[in-house]
Amino acid sequence: MLHIVACIKQVPDTKIIKMNPKTNTMDRSSAPAILNPYDAHAVEEAVRLRNRYGGVVSVLTMGPPPAVKAIRKCIEIGADEGYMITDRAFAGADTLATSYALTKALEKIAQTRQIDLIICGKMTIDGDTGQVGPGIARRLDMPPLTSVNKVVEIDSEKRHAIVHRKLEDGYEVVRSTLPCLLSVEKEINEVPYSSLPNMLRAARYQPHIWSVADLPDIDKTQLGLKGSPTIVSSVWAPPKPQGGTMLEGAQSDQVSQLLDILMARQELFAAASGGEAP
Amino acid sequence: MNFEDYRGIWVFIEEKDGAIAPVSLELLGAGRQLADKRKTELAGVLIGENIGALAETAFEYGADKVYVYDAPIYRFYRTETYMRAMLACVEKHKPEILLYGATSTGKDLASAVATDLPTGLTADTTQLDVEEDTGLLLASRPAFGGNIMATILCKKYRPQMATVRPKVMKALPRKAGASGVVVEECIPLKEEDIRTKVLEIVRSTARHVRIDEADIIVAGGKGLGNPAGFKVVQQLAEALGAAVGASRDVVEAGWIGHHHQVGQTGVTVTPKIYFAIGISGAIQHLVGMQNSGLIIAVNKDPAAPIFQACHYGIVGDALTIVPMLTEAFKSALGRKEEADAGKV
Amino acid sequence: MPEKFDAIVVGAGPAGTACAYELAKAGVNVILIERGEYPGSKNVMGGVLYRKMMEEVVPGFHKEAPIERPIVEQRFMMMDKTSAVTFSYKGMEWAEEPYNNFTVLRAKFDQWFASKAVEQGALLLNETVVLECIVEDGRVVGVRTDRPDGELRADVVVLADGVNSLLAKQLGFHKEFRPDEVALATMEILKLDKKIIEERFNLEEGQGCTIELFGDATKGILGTGFLYTNKDTLSIGVGTLLSGLIKHKIKPYELMEYVKTHPMIRPYIQGSEAQEYLAHLIPEGGYRSMPKVVGSGVLVVGDAAQLVNAIHREGSNMAMTSGRLAAETIVAAREREDFSEASLDDYRKKLMGSFVGQDLKKYKDATHHFDKFPQYFEQYIPMVNRAASQMLTVDGMPKREKQKKIWRDIGPAKEKIKMARDLYRAWKVMK
Repeated sequence: MLHIVACIKQVPDTKIIKMNPKTNTMDRSSAPAILNPYDAHAVEEAVRLRNRYGGVVSVLTMGPPPAVKAIRKCIEIGADEGYMITDRAFAGADTLATSYALTKALEKIAQTRQIDLIICGKMTIDGDTGQVGPGIARRLDMPPLTSVNKVVEIDSEKRHAIVHRKLEDGYEVVRSTLPCLLSVEKEINEVPYSSLPNMLRAARYQPHIWSVADLPDIDKTQLGLKGSPTIVSSVWAPPKPQGGTMLEGAQSDQVSQLLDILMARQELFAAASGGEAP
Repeated sequence: MNFEDYRGIWVFIEEKDGAIAPVSLELLGAGRQLADKRKTELAGVLIGENIGALAETAFEYGADKVYVYDAPIYRFYRTETYMRAMLACVEKHKPEILLYGATSTGKDLASAVATDLPTGLTADTTQLDVEEDTGLLLASRPAFGGNIMATILCKKYRPQMATVRPKVMKALPRKAGASGVVVEECIPLKEEDIRTKVLEIVRSTARHVRIDEADIIVAGGKGLGNPAGFKVVQQLAEALGAAVGASRDVVEAGWIGHHHQVGQTGVTVTPKIYFAIGISGAIQHLVGMQNSGLIIAVNKDPAAPIFQACHYGIVGDALTIVPMLTEAFKSALGRKEEADAGKV
Repeated sequence: MPEKFDAIVVGAGPAGTACAYELAKAGVNVILIERGEYPGSKNVMGGVLYRKMMEEVVPGFHKEAPIERPIVEQRFMMMDKTSAVTFSYKGMEWAEEPYNNFTVLRAKFDQWFASKAVEQGALLLNETVVLECIVEDGRVVGVRTDRPDGELRADVVVLADGVNSLLAKQLGFHKEFRPDEVALATMEILKLDKKIIEERFNLEEGQGCTIELFGDATKGILGTGFLYTNKDTLSIGVGTLLSGLIKHKIKPYELMEYVKTHPMIRPYIQGSEAQEYLAHLIPEGGYRSMPKVVGSGVLVVGDAAQLVNAIHREGSNMAMTSGRLAAETIVAAREREDFSEASLDDYRKKLMGSFVGQDLKKYKDATHHFDKFPQYFEQYIPMVNRAASQMLTVDGMPKREKQKKIWRDIGPAKEKIKMARDLYRAWKVMK
């Protein structure tokens, strides 16, 4: 029986979010809030492991009240319990302050049920750092296994996990003691269309909602903006590149112009021609 | 915390296949500029087994000093062991800035070290600068999927840390025979205390050219319609001896594997020539290839943003134009071979 | 084991949500199933919301619902290519309680409305498509959705799944709708500063105006256009019978562009920025196209029952009223424990006895008449424009001569007789 906790985040859909050109900031209303895509795969993996080995899947998020929707999405995927920590004090947190707050919440969750495994998405699509998962692992003194694209086995008797970690040019097989923290790649699984019973459960589900006051022994100076060693000093839109030269004419003309441009760099094609000139 | 105690620009030197990983050399190049501005030394931190010889290479690429942790326990990267070494080094020698490549190893290590010290960590940096007198590091990076750029500061802690995106900074030209100071360090670590073990490393069979190393990349996007359409990209790549790249949409649709993905959530590439075929040019893709030497775009839609980001563009149907180019190129190469053969 | 509810409502538009709201309020265990990501995401409406019918469901709604502007002026423009004859009524009695109608944006409004139903105790399920009703022994006993393990059971199922109700078709309640029974409407939401809106449309702060467009707005094809003021956006749209688009070989977006660049409309939308583009089918068949609305264990409400009075652009109020009446019927049927067609037929009787049935009957020949006789839009509207221009242009011609000229312009005697007959006929179908 495993207790697996997935840490998740609600993010704006950065694939379609727009910049407000006048204020030079993100227009958050221009994109719907979604469950961070990497986290959906993390929850799906947790659910699969629970189905395989038995146990409970809890999900945890730190966010403003609308983040409840992300928790419901996790219940739709198959999670059993959802926890949300929400408080003004968390606002402005960088990755260090975020991992601190989440760690305190995990400690509270562990009071009721010991945690065997923590799974996070590799990174969020708005922060793009990938730092919170490893930060949590460090604080809880658990080995972090990042960029996991396969869970080979979890053995709660022998207390170990065996996973594949994605490398730039392949993967490594790593074994770690339990508990440990995994951060997962999207390729680890496919999230299927949720079943109706899960949808009904999610529609009725009320997550556990905690504020700072509910978290044990919390050091408020480590929360939010105050607890963040990094701050954003300025934000700007990446400079718009100048347009390129359009090649005109009939298709055959365009192709021959392009060919001329390429042949001007022909030193690059030595390999393609099959060997050096004699 | 007395900032005066913290001096020196450090780079975590990552080892790969017996050599220094390219990104670490790039970071030594960027680090050199920061060190010169701050009138302080540039040092590398080298952790591994039998890696002492790499210190020389570090000196050849700009380092003044290299701290070396050499022991069997460091044979494969593991968070616990490398983190302990790095923490010990930082505590003992106190750098003001510490840079890591934003590789899977670098990000993993940096996150653990930042949480423990604690200190601030900026991820996936693409621009670095330092304030001469205060020593404040200005680390700029894309966020929100690449929609914005942000400059991050760490004002209250030292060292200031950042992971830096590969292929963005420039390594210095190699100075053969350059020398520096090697500082050998060690810490008491016992294998039985380490909770993770690397059981096996599996390299992917490199049948195809790796996109992060290729000089030419031909990348295809959703505009090609379907996997059959995508073939024209693969054929051109073959003719040019190029690597095949892909947009996120194409990878998510399953037309080709993840390791071909170029973009914010894929790989950043800086080839000499980049073909964007049937790719609209969404910002998430652009951030992954916009520093390429020569960018050529083919797209049916004249309003596609890619045309603002390319050097040469063709508005038209990729499915007809690309095969024409492939053929034209093959015959041009054929003529060249004949001409070269004739020269002998 | 599929879960059983007391009632299943398919579609969280105004009809479905009103029904679920009333059922939940009466303590019925109801589930509201919506195929879109959230209620309103798949809905399109101009849109004008009628206070009275909404209040019958949620009293005092305008204090908390996300409405845009209360309408104080309604204008009707009879357009020719470069001119328009406009009628309007503006009344300050509409600027305050009890109000007449409001402009709303469907995506925002429907979400709020559905949340009220959830407050009452309805269960809302999004992103789920109902594929078919489960029929056993000639009785509807539940639905099958597109999700794994996707069956649900209930005593009664309410079909509120919109203008092209596949579920009603599957049950044989109607055949495929003909192209002259539906209109295709397109609309755009244009962003415009609220102060500019108020200046241009001559409104006090927070007040609103609706403009209905006829004639050249639809290039003479039977249909209408509209321009409504929202808080800081304008809703502009145009729609014609699908048969008209086919016959005249026009694409919907071509009409939209035409209206936006029309000299009578262009100044209103100057400087605005298009934010959203939407399109939808609208029931036009009215009374004559109404399908069967009651079966054993099943009721049909809203657009799915063709409850739209196109002449008066009323659809959402009919939808809400039908939803409310369906809920009343179900509550009574539960007490009798009788969900047979005979028992549920109360709904149809109530519906036809209400303003919904009466208005549909009143206009039952109207659309068909105007469709059959294109001269109203093609000739008479331009004629009225020319007459007005003639009368009001001061060019030295004596007024009596002007009148004679206008009269002559109608054409030879037989044309005049034809026009008289047409006016008479129009009066008959509208009365």
